[in-house]
Amino acid sequence: MDPSRYIAKHVINLPKSGIRDFFEVVAKMKDVISLGIGEPDFDTPWHIREAAIYALEKGKTHYTSNLGLIELRRAISKYVEKTFSIGYRPEDEILVTVGVSEALDIAFRALVNPGDKVMFHQPCYVSYSPSITLVHGTAIPVPTYAKDNFALTAEALRAAWQPGAKLLVLNLPCNPTGGTCDRAQIEAIAKFAVEKDLLVLSDEIYSELTFEGVHTSIASLPGMKERTIYLHGFSKAFAMTGWRIGYACGPAALIEAMMKVHQYSMMCASILSQEAAIEALLRGEDAMKSMRDQYHRRRDFIVRRFNEIGFKCNLPRGSFYAFPDVSVTGLSEKDFAVSLLQAEKVAIVPGTAFGANGSGFCRACFATSYEQLIEASNRIERHVQSLATKR
Amino acid sequence: MKPIIKLLLEGGSLSSAQLAQVLNLSEAEVNRQLEELRAQRVLLGFRPVLNLAQEDSGVVRAVIEVRITPERGGGFNRLAERISRFDEVESCFLMSGGYDLLVFVNGSSLQKVAAFVSEKLASIEGVLSTATHFMLRSYKEQGFMLDVKSEEADRLKVAP
Repeated sequence: MDPSRYIAKHVINLPKSGIRDFFEVVAKMKDVISLGIGEPDFDTPWHIREAAIYALEKGKTHYTSNLGLIELRRAISKYVEKTFSIGYRPEDEILVTVGVSEALDIAFRALVNPGDKVMFHQPCYVSYSPSITLVHGTAIPVPTYAKDNFALTAEALRAAWQPGAKLLVLNLPCNPTGGTCDRAQIEAIAKFAVEKDLLVLSDEIYSELTFEGVHTSIASLPGMKERTIYLHGFSKAFAMTGWRIGYACGPAALIEAMMKVHQYSMMCASILSQEAAIEALLRGEDAMKSMRDQYHRRRDFIVRRFNEIGFKCNLPRGSFYAFPDVSVTGLSEKDFAVSLLQAEKVAIVPGTAFGANGSGFCRACFATSYEQLIEASNRIERHVQSLATKR
Repeated sequence: MKPIIKLLLEGGSLSSAQLAQVLNLSEAEVNRQLEELRAQRVLLGFRPVLNLAQEDSGVVRAVIEVRITPERGGGFNRLAERISRFDEVESCFLMSGGYDLLVFVNGSSLQKVAAFVSEKLASIEGVLSTATHFMLRSYKEQGFMLDVKSEEADRLKVAP
């Protein structure tokens, strides 16, 4: 018997994440310097971890409200208001989720009818397109370009738009490009969303890690709060990836719809993670800012080195990723990444893992120590020079 | 804060060549800046942070609360500096509260430290009293946990 004949068609056809293939190769090698991670190199600040230990000691081992602990929702409400100037009611406009990944998934499940069209910019986080496929939606990628420093432009949106498009997913600052939009660009996107009656799902997980200018949330613009679901979490800014904790904020009717899916699938986020998240919001700002400043300085170093090596590499305005153009090597991004790994044991991720138009680029995460960044950049330089002499 | 100071604090034990690479300066310029910091007494020196508990010739460490008489003109400084100059003294701080100086002392044996306190420290004119606390065990030194290993190895090497 072939058990695979039981698997649903749309799952069978779903491609494995390109990052997964690469991970298998890297996992088997020793002494690799990895710029391939998608998370902070810092452990969660101790005071946050300690809050979870304390909660455990106090017997906080039960289910919470489906929406999440009210103390956490109140803290989220205050934080989002203070930091990003958007006001949400803790009672019915905020839902605590198992990371932004779950928030995005239940948003799609709550909003997308089979065949509904969902726009998102590409290169992008690996899960957007598959998550849309899983709810039988139609994915409409909108390209972003190196010439715009990977900001999403209203022109590109207009060019990709198709009649019947319903949702627009934003991820600014963006994994993998580090691109983001300034206020004028966000305003143009908002105007387009209103014109085409799109609901916006805004994944702003990297918003605290904005190095140039001020992060503008699309939900903070006049008239946009009612057509935006704002998604945020703790993984990146507070170095809490493994806790799997995030949240969705939006109009009460939409949060209620997402809550229905959430209560039947997840019930609630882990209470320990929720307790830790409260601590992060109330007392985590100093540690967060210190981490951001360190990413900022590491970014300046690695981007300068990439340009010295001969890659064209924009200064990413946010996130902890650089997205250099490696086509100068004469190799495809995938061949370059594989040859670099084999020759010099440095792992970077081929840009095509984040969408076809990541072709020619690689993602390098600079959330790692200076020693590793210096050594990795020297090895990459050596490899690029050796490729040049062979040609 | 100067970029080079930030990097010294963040970067651990980077060589001057590595500092130069990160700061986008020549190595000569980095060395010049380090010299300048030394001259300004901002950069006092580099020392390894070691856990000597496993070494045979262990080190005995003590913290001593010292009450002293302040002097007209110099306050506590003259006596504090005089005490600080002993090789046995690792660090010395002027404190608010029930005593004046907190002195960190080390020696090769309990007797040697005790002798230092009674013969050298307590006998200085102006020292009113001392209270010595011997350290039994160290858990964290200069930001490093002593017996907790880094769990770096558990992390994924590639992640989305």
